[in-house]
Parts: sequence; C-alpha cells; structure tokens
Amino acid sequence: MVKKFTMAVTGLIMIGFLLMHMYGNLKAFNGAEAFDHYAHWLKGATEDGGILYPIMPAGTFIWVFRLFLVAAVVLHFWAAASLWRKSSQAAGRGYQRTVRKAQTYSARTMRWGGVIVLAFLIFHLLQFTIIPGTFHADPSSPYSMVVASFSQVWMVALYAVSMILVCMHIRHGFWSAFATLGLNMSARSRGILNGLAYFVAVVLYVGFMIMPLAVLFGWIG
Amino acid sequence: MKLKLRIWRQASTNAQGRMVEYELDGVSEDMSFLEMLDLLNEELTLRNEEPVAFDHDCREGICGMCSLVINGVAHGPQQTTTCQLHMRSFSDGATIDIEPWQAGPFPVIKDLVVDRTALDKIIQAGGYISSNTGSAPDAHATPAPKREADIAFDNATCIGCGACVAACPNSSSMLFTAAKITHLAMLPQGQPERYRRVKSMVAAQDELGFGNCTNIGECAAVCPKGIPLESISQLNRDMMKAMFRGDGK
Repeated sequence: MVKKFTMAVTGLIMIGFLLMHMYGNLKAFNGAEAFDHYAHWLKGATEDGGILYPIMPAGTFIWVFRLFLVAAVVLHFWAAASLWRKSSQAAGRGYQRTVRKAQTYSARTMRWGGVIVLAFLIFHLLQFTIIPGTFHADPSSPYSMVVASFSQVWMVALYAVSMILVCMHIRHGFWSAFATLGLNMSARSRGILNGLAYFVAVVLYVGFMIMPLAVLFGWIG
Repeated sequence: MKLKLRIWRQASTNAQGRMVEYELDGVSEDMSFLEMLDLLNEELTLRNEEPVAFDHDCREGICGMCSLVINGVAHGPQQTTTCQLHMRSFSDGATIDIEPWQAGPFPVIKDLVVDRTALDKIIQAGGYISSNTGSAPDAHATPAPKREADIAFDNATCIGCGACVAACPNSSSMLFTAAKITHLAMLPQGQPERYRRVKSMVAAQDELGFGNCTNIGECAAVCPKGIPLESISQLNRDMMKAMFRGDGK
C-alpha cells in the first residue's frame, strides 16, 4: 500500500508540474523575448537573480527542482514496476474468453503506455535540455529551439501522438490517484473525479499542442 | 433450448486442463444456470462419463458458493450470482463458455471448483470485534447513525464469492477486503480494533499473493451484491490513517 500511495502522490506532483510547464509554454505567444526571459529566469540566469533569489543563490532552484522531479519519476517508476510484478505473479493461467465490463482503454494501457511515456520524456529532455540547439537553433535561446523543432511537420506529429499517450495516462492516473488517496467516497465524488480527470487531460493536450501547431502554421516564430 | 457448452475440464490441481465441448438438448429457459449443469451431469452419468464438478450450495444467491466465468464474465451476463442466472438470458442454439475463477491464490481443485480458502484467511487476519453473542442485544444500547449503518449493511451483503478477484485484471482482492473493512469501520462495534484490522487484513492479502488494485472497476461491475468501488477508497483512507496512528500498530 505504501507503493500505491507513492504512485499516487508522485503522479499528482508530475501532473502539477505539467500544468505549470504548459502555462509557461504559452509564453511563446508573447514573443521571443518574453519566452526566453521566462526560461532564463527559471534557470536563475536573469539580472535579478531569477526565481527564488535571494532565498537561494542564483541558479540553485532549477537544480533543486530538477532533483525533486527526477525523484518523483524514479519513485513512480519503481512503485509501478514492483506493483506490476506482484500483479503478474498473482495472475491465473488466463481465460479462454474474457469480456471487460468497466475497463477503459487508458486503464488498460497504463503499464506499457507508461513505459512509452517514459521513453518520450527521455527523448524530450534530450531534445531541449541535454542536447540544446538541435536543428541549427541557438542553444542560448529556448524560443529559437522551439521554433526550429516545431517547424518540422514530423516533429509536431510525433508530439501530437506522444501527447495523446501522456494525456490518456493522466486521464486514468488522475482519477486513480485520488481513489487511492481515499477521495472516491460516493457516486457523486466518483463523477466529479472522473470529470476532473477528463478536464485536466483535455486542458493539458490542448494547452501543450496549441504552441507547436502555431509554430508549424507560422502564426508565431 | 439446445445449447453447445464449452466447459473447462481439469482432473486435479496439477493436471492439465482443457475446454471440452458438450451438446445439451431439452434445456428450459426457466432453469437456473446450475440446473442446466445438473441436467448435463445427469446425461453424463447415464453415459458413464465423469460429471462436471462445480461449486453450489444455497442456490438462492446468499451463500457465495457458486462461481463460474460464463462467456468471459464472472457470474455471467446478469449482475447476479450464477445460481440466480436463468437460461432465458441465453438464446436457443447459443455456445456458452464456462470456466472456473482464475487467480494465483485460487488453485483449481477439479473442473470448475476452485479453492477460495485465501479469502477466509484474509477474514481470519482481521481478528475479532468486541460484541456480545448469544441473546439479541438491547435495541439502542449502542447507537449507530442511520447513514453509517446503511453503508455498513450494504458492505455486509458481501458473500465472499470471489467474483471481484476473478474479474480483476490484477487478480486483486481489494473489493472483498474493502467490503469487510467498510462494514466494520462504519459501526461502533468495529472501532476499537479498526486500524489494526485494516493493516493486518491488507498484509494478509499481500502475503497470500493477490495483486494490486489499479482502480479499473471490473470488480464492482460483476459483484452480485453491488459492493461499490467507493469501499476501496474507504479502505485506503483507513490504511493511510493506520500508518500514522498509535493503534494501527
């Protein structure tokens, strides 16, 4: 049960981060300067010392935050892997015929889907953080990296598909996390949690995809 | 009605099992599913074949003995016990697949009979509650609020058939354990041992080899007694509290 609570809490932390990440991305509509300033501010590379300066030395917060998120990912993956192993050991030989009455596609694809989402996360970090400046972009300007990447049709297509997987994972994950944390206490609260789960998943999908599409169609950049 | 049955036959726990086909004529749509199997067994006996072993007892939906995965669904197409399922739920000439519950902690004993002792062990791990037995207690001696009493009663209707485990893609017994936990957690008599009980019952189901709940909801969709998925959140709530409470040790 400790593993399940870990799954729920780390999952919700990551959803919270994604909502913030999505909001930050929309700064691209305010132009290159605003977007780059926001990115540099998060890294403590602006003149005012950036986020949380002077509580922390300039450029420290980003590393604390990265460590925190990596810990969340690692714990989420560890808990999932060990619960998955336990459940496979508990399985019988399997039915000749199985009819599922309640299972959604998102719920069914949580495990392998989660592995694909992790692969996408690693790709995304390589593209924008670990190896900045792909597609001949200026590595010191996140705005130029975004424009260079999302001017490619196949890149936008890859993100469009990957984000469907991410948002499906979130749709079941959001509901499941709150059920695990004991908030599914009536038919009404189940309806609210499920509704919120769809809402968060759709908001994240639209919010994340609108910027790459705007770049692709030349509305910004 | 004339039916084609495909039934799981397995001589013993470690024997190799397989689906065997039988043709059965003369089935009335007013027969219960178990009476249909009785008819098949009569014919098999007359032909000197081994009858199909299946679990049954009260045949009125309250004992939890009957099981069977029928056409891929635990207890079949109606959300009720197999004994309360009638042949009018099937059409003439239909092919019906009949299999035993499948889960690691439910080994097949023979044919369609599985060993559900693991569920009893979870209950045993729950220990005792402090309540007098024998003569009926004085009415209103222990006040129980109406809403909580209703929830307790809804959960107390669990007959421990194990359909939740059979239907769960994770072979988890969470809905069963949650029904027992919620039943006692709602009543004054269940309070003194409440947090110890949830810890030891959850530990027991883990040790017995059941899987982990992923909140899919297959269990509640097949439960013949309609135990709601909400009970699982009640268990989770108590479990979280137990971790931080002195009396949860």
